[in-house]
Amino acid sequence: MTFINYASREINCKIVYYGPGLCGKTTNLQYIYDSTAPQAKGKLISLATETDRTLFFDFMPLELGTVRGFKTRFHLYTVPGQVYYDASRKLILKGVDGVVFVADSQEERMDANIESLYNLEENLQTQGYDLSQIPYVLQLNKRDLPNVTPIEDLSSELVRKGEPVFEAVATNGTGVFDTLKAVAKQVLTELRKT
Amino acid sequence: MAQSPFIIQEQQFQRIKIVLARLCVECAARVVFLVDRDGQTIAFHGDIGDMDTTSFSSLAAGNVAATSSMAKLIGEDVFPAVVHEGERESIFISVIGRSLLVVVFDERSTLGLVKLRTKRASFEVASILDEAVAESAAFSMSKNSIFAEITDEDIDSLFS
Repeated sequence: MTFINYASREINCKIVYYGPGLCGKTTNLQYIYDSTAPQAKGKLISLATETDRTLFFDFMPLELGTVRGFKTRFHLYTVPGQVYYDASRKLILKGVDGVVFVADSQEERMDANIESLYNLEENLQTQGYDLSQIPYVLQLNKRDLPNVTPIEDLSSELVRKGEPVFEAVATNGTGVFDTLKAVAKQVLTELRKT
Repeated sequence: MAQSPFIIQEQQFQRIKIVLARLCVECAARVVFLVDRDGQTIAFHGDIGDMDTTSFSSLAAGNVAATSSMAKLIGEDVFPAVVHEGERESIFISVIGRSLLVVVFDERSTLGLVKLRTKRASFEVASILDEAVAESAAFSMSKNSIFAEITDEDIDSLFS
């Protein structure tokens, strides 16, 4: 839920990166963190296991500038991708303003993508949201790997509502900011309608 | 569809700050926060030193979200309070509807005192927040919202 503070003239929005295990959600956040000026970001918090798999969530606040005299701050979260952390995923979706689905382009991960997307739709519904109504962007990650599914095939399986789709290589930053901009823009456009 | 925004007006913010300032003194706390359950800091009062308040609020909300889910798994509806006791610093979190009152205190105070004083402050904060929620809904429906005037250029300028 967008939080607007008239006293401190701030708009705070929550964006969640969703997707199957090891698809590159944390890598997206890490790249944004590494590429952002220190004054525009807070700490990158990672609640991870000893093997660096996300246990609960990753979080970083990002300040983009001012709109109509209000500072806009985006709170970026990732969810744990592994199937058995579903309870945590549900919690992190609470109060979400926009979602990025990070798909793993490797052929062998197609089923995991479909399962995770289905899980997203279901968990959004549990929280009272409808994927077709909320700001949403699809990122096709790991396009640099040799065994990737063609874009057309991924799109036909994963596109839900004509959402913006971005090819990405999160490890080198390709497509990372384009994805973030697209979802942030949708969130702010949504605010205009309120 | 995403939920309507939660809007705090200047006058409500100042009233919350007064309650937090009094609570901070009454329970000899280091710092007191009011945090949205989605993890956003609404207000705070006290000595934050070099604490990263944004991360702190996000983690406090994550903590309460996790313990609330654990409560349900054992047949409790909710844990209305969460306590973390450290060697020097401790944290008391009181759940007020969709917000959290978080008190950080040290050996100058006691858990009993913090619990007692927080209870009264919780009622006052709840009443201000109820008012803010009701006004948020009305404000969202009004066509006078300055956000209706946001242009595509305003949004694009954030990314240039």
